[in-house]
Amino acid sequence: MAPLEATDWSPLWISLKTSVTATLITLVAGLAAAAWRERHKGPSVALVDGICLLPMVLPPTVVGFFLLLLFGRSGPLGRLLLQMGTTVIFSWPATVIAAAVVAFPLMYLSARAALEQVDSHFLEAARTLGASEWRVFGQIALPLAWPGVLAGTILSFARALGEFGATLMLAGNIPGRTATIPIAIYFAVEADDLRSAFAWCGADVVISLALLSGLYYWTHARGPARWARR
Amino acid sequence: MASTIGPTRGGLRAGPGVDMALEVHIEKKLAEFTLDVSFAADNEPLGILGPSGAGKTMLLRCIAGLDDPNRGRIILGNHTLLDTDNGVRVPARKRRIGMLFQHYALFPHQSVRDNVGFSLGRLPRAAREQRVRATLAQVHAADLEPRYPRHLSGGEQQRVALARALASEPEALLLDEPLSALDTHLRSQMEAQLRETFLAYRGPTLLVTHNIEEAYRLGARLLVLSRGHVAAFGPREEIFRRPPSVEVALLTGCKNISRARAVSESLVEAIDWGCRLRLRQALSGPVGHVGIRAHHIDFAESFDPGPGEENVFPCWLASSSETPFRITLYLRLHKPPDESGNYDLQAEVFKEKWERFRDRPLPWHVRLSPEWLFVMPS
Repeated sequence: MAPLEATDWSPLWISLKTSVTATLITLVAGLAAAAWRERHKGPSVALVDGICLLPMVLPPTVVGFFLLLLFGRSGPLGRLLLQMGTTVIFSWPATVIAAAVVAFPLMYLSARAALEQVDSHFLEAARTLGASEWRVFGQIALPLAWPGVLAGTILSFARALGEFGATLMLAGNIPGRTATIPIAIYFAVEADDLRSAFAWCGADVVISLALLSGLYYWTHARGPARWARR
Repeated sequence: MASTIGPTRGGLRAGPGVDMALEVHIEKKLAEFTLDVSFAADNEPLGILGPSGAGKTMLLRCIAGLDDPNRGRIILGNHTLLDTDNGVRVPARKRRIGMLFQHYALFPHQSVRDNVGFSLGRLPRAAREQRVRATLAQVHAADLEPRYPRHLSGGEQQRVALARALASEPEALLLDEPLSALDTHLRSQMEAQLRETFLAYRGPTLLVTHNIEEAYRLGARLLVLSRGHVAAFGPREEIFRRPPSVEVALLTGCKNISRARAVSESLVEAIDWGCRLRLRQALSGPVGHVGIRAHHIDFAESFDPGPGEENVFPCWLASSSETPFRITLYLRLHKPPDESGNYDLQAEVFKEKWERFRDRPLPWHVRLSPEWLFVMPS
């Protein structure tokens, strides 16, 4: 049995901090990629599609391995960072990178589906009214696609929160720095600390359930925004 | 007369009193044909008439910059919007062309105020609001300002879309089937609105429609488009009075067309109708067909081919169909109809007139007045 001691809450904070940061990065990157993809049709962009979706189908350990190669001391990005006097492996940013990469496909898919559904006549009308492409995107496409983008954001957050494999490989298990909830659970079970494992599992279920119900409420019960019914 | 019909190339009318002119030459390969259109428009509304799929909407899209022709030159006033030979292509947002989309495309997440003010982002708030109010008042929609598109009727949406296009102070106005999404009752209301707007608007106005009467009522000049080419272009009266080809006659709703050959200078033989027809004017070229519109067919009191009674022939009623105020009579010339129900002519008469001769014994005597007959080349 684990000794009675003050509970270490750091995995919760690390998990939330990591997931929020990773989700924000994913949101921007996913939207940018989806918006870019909307403008470029044809067979050649199928490769881009494939690369964007790869992290979703590959085992997280494979993603983690590639990230290690990329960010390791001899990896291209790792060397660049080293020249700048820093490294991300086994540090908190590594948890963010791992979570963002793994959550990215969900954001990309949702954003693309949502942007695709926006009637192109709205965008064309905005152009004839003198709007720049940034304004067309920001004031017309994005607000109209928002319910889908929001759903993608919540899914990405949930996925980032649950990220384990790639995080372990890239960030390791450093309590108080890179140990997220899933990693804390794994090492609690390994250390036979079932009480902590139960607690963290419970916390994970509660957070995920709240997120998914919130998602359902926002996209269905409240309707895809008030104005979307035409 | 006939020289005013048909595509004019570079025949741009400009001068004092003409604020803006639009000159368009476009070639664009489409799936089934090539859109190849040249015309010039001034401040008189130009109706672009053609069947579905003739390329009308694509033509507007190319002018607005929403689609690119393979080759083309578009000049609006002093600005060259497109010149593929010299690599000029102004993007849609800088063309200053107001476009009214078929289903209006009002931004659903913005209020009427924001929709109409969308193009006025650069103005200070007070000036913008004032312009929005003034433009909405212009289309009799001032009370709609705080509402959202989903709460508007079709006619109201159209007014707001029109106001949105006008608020940007476009240098040309393009309307794509503006009335097709409305029911009959709203149509005449909105048609009046459009006429009013056209009168006040100083700039080329292009109106695309497949409705013959709408095109005629709203467009002082007409451009008839068929499978991507200009079948006729000119004043509406001229095109309806003397269609330059069978195609245009059919597209402008002519129901009676017969193959024909010249007999003498002002006499043709209508082959399908089995009769000779006197024309008002001497023939000026080769004859392929002769035609007369259904409502121009008249009935003579009796068959008495005197000097004033030309082109009168006996006919029998094959069938008929009624609308509230008019009746369409399907007539067989020279002999009673047979089992097949075939007919030679289609005549449209007001019911009052029909009441007067419906009980007369057959055959009746149909008069194809030289005044209304027109000939077309083959």
